[in-house]
Amino acid sequence: MRPFDYASPTKTDQVPALLGKSWGEVEILAGGSDLLSLMKDEITTPKRLVNIKQVDGLHAISNEGGALQLGTLVTLDRIGSAAQIQHQYPMLAAAAGDAASPQIRNVATIGGNLCQRPRCWYFRSGHGLLAQKDGKSMVLQGDNRYHAILGNDGPAYFVSPSTVAPVLIAYNAKVRIAGPRGTREVPVEKFFIIPKTDQEREHDLRPDEFITHVIVPPAPGVRAAHYEVRQKEAFDWPYATAAVALTMNASTVQSARVVMGHVAPVPWVSPEAAQALQGKAVTPATADQAAEAAVAKAKSLGHNEHKIHLARVAVKRAILAAAGSPARAALARDASEGGAA
Amino acid sequence: MDDLPDKPAKTDKPSKSQKPSSSSSGVSRRDFLKISGVSAAVPLVTQVSAFALAEGEVAAQGPGKVPVSLNVNGKKLNASLEPRVTLLDALRDQFELTGAKRVCDRGTCGACTVLLDGKAVYSCSVLAIDAQSHQITTVEGLGEPGNLHPIQKAFVDNDAQQCGFCTPGFVMATKAFLDQHPNPTPEQIKHGLGGNFCRCGTYAGMRLAVMQAAKTKGA
Repeated sequence: MRPFDYASPTKTDQVPALLGKSWGEVEILAGGSDLLSLMKDEITTPKRLVNIKQVDGLHAISNEGGALQLGTLVTLDRIGSAAQIQHQYPMLAAAAGDAASPQIRNVATIGGNLCQRPRCWYFRSGHGLLAQKDGKSMVLQGDNRYHAILGNDGPAYFVSPSTVAPVLIAYNAKVRIAGPRGTREVPVEKFFIIPKTDQEREHDLRPDEFITHVIVPPAPGVRAAHYEVRQKEAFDWPYATAAVALTMNASTVQSARVVMGHVAPVPWVSPEAAQALQGKAVTPATADQAAEAAVAKAKSLGHNEHKIHLARVAVKRAILAAAGSPARAALARDASEGGAA
Repeated sequence: MDDLPDKPAKTDKPSKSQKPSSSSSGVSRRDFLKISGVSAAVPLVTQVSAFALAEGEVAAQGPGKVPVSLNVNGKKLNASLEPRVTLLDALRDQFELTGAKRVCDRGTCGACTVLLDGKAVYSCSVLAIDAQSHQITTVEGLGEPGNLHPIQKAFVDNDAQQCGFCTPGFVMATKAFLDQHPNPTPEQIKHGLGGNFCRCGTYAGMRLAVMQAAKTKGA
């Protein structure tokens, strides 16, 4: 790891001035579980780290106007074990509580989870975010068994690495971002972008901005579940995931959100799958049709044909699990966190 | 600091004619690496730098050495470290606490597991400077030869190791896990210890050890 200087601000408005004007100069240290590995491998070589863990007000799980508000520093372990989240947003608790490993969940933050870098092995081997050599994509030329099956028209072929982001999108969550000009809020769905150059990042942050909160709106009556297809039971980035949130009208689907993970450079929202479910009862046959619609536009890069099948299975199983789960009541009014950590 | 120096240290270098083993030279492997590390680190010992501060701005520390104070196994330990030094390297290289092992150094194998405020973390993926003001527990703080912690004893009783290199990490992960799950199910054990690898594949013995430790603790 190369040397860097280290700042530890205590207030949100101190942070932007410490951050860089272009990517790579400065990195934000929260849990550090992804960042320190990237720095050891010199994939990123910042001149400064800004540790935001001493910043006031970013650690809390709270209730804001009926919505769940997560400070950016809330760990995945706390999200997974907070009774309030398990009860009101069980899909979120399940995804966070099963991500990575216990040691990582104890330090990894929700903000860091959304900003973690892709696991693409070309990127992680130092070939740049888009892994281009002599104007050609190394991903297309080489082994792409884990790469994108959707949104893969290039030049980005990596897959978005967060297993929690699709869940947040299915719940219509948004992120609050602080920067030198104050704060702004962006739906998590719009937060992720597909970069066109190596100099861009995979999200909507500017170099001098950072996430302060994740806000999840109330989900009364929503039935939700996610499903991950993995090689390993624990500590694995999945082949494909699906997060499904259903609002039911008696026994038929009034509206649906179907979001896939690890299939595209961004979490992939499928309006086609949602459309296929609308107005229908959830049965294995309708779930199958929706899953088929979700991957209708998917295409193999040569070595990842199997991921199309796995994504379809993930969507189908998530839909069936969501339909079979109990509907959730509105967030309790007194749901502010009390020792749920 | 992460890389071993290209050239061996000149100090205490045995003469070629004797060709002694490292143990007979009087310099242990650890001492040798420390001597080498010091000589390699010399150009990096720089003054603490701070950039120009306007009103309300925050001072930065480093990139040279800065004072770091850690609370390890109930003792306050002080050192002068660059901000880039991980908790694992500080424990091993500064404080002679070599129970936590440096294996992958990328937060994937679990051999470096220690407790931070009672929770298991990968010490390779936490900066020492960032571990200040937390209570750190290493395997050295758990038990000692002749007075093993029930978890350590359970690992011995159940042949829960072969080469033993992953064992301190597993023991610490087990400690954190059992503190939260005093009566675990086999499924919970698999999930709770999912962050540690044993390349010898001694998982069956470890699961028995965790169950035994859970029972003896309750007895």
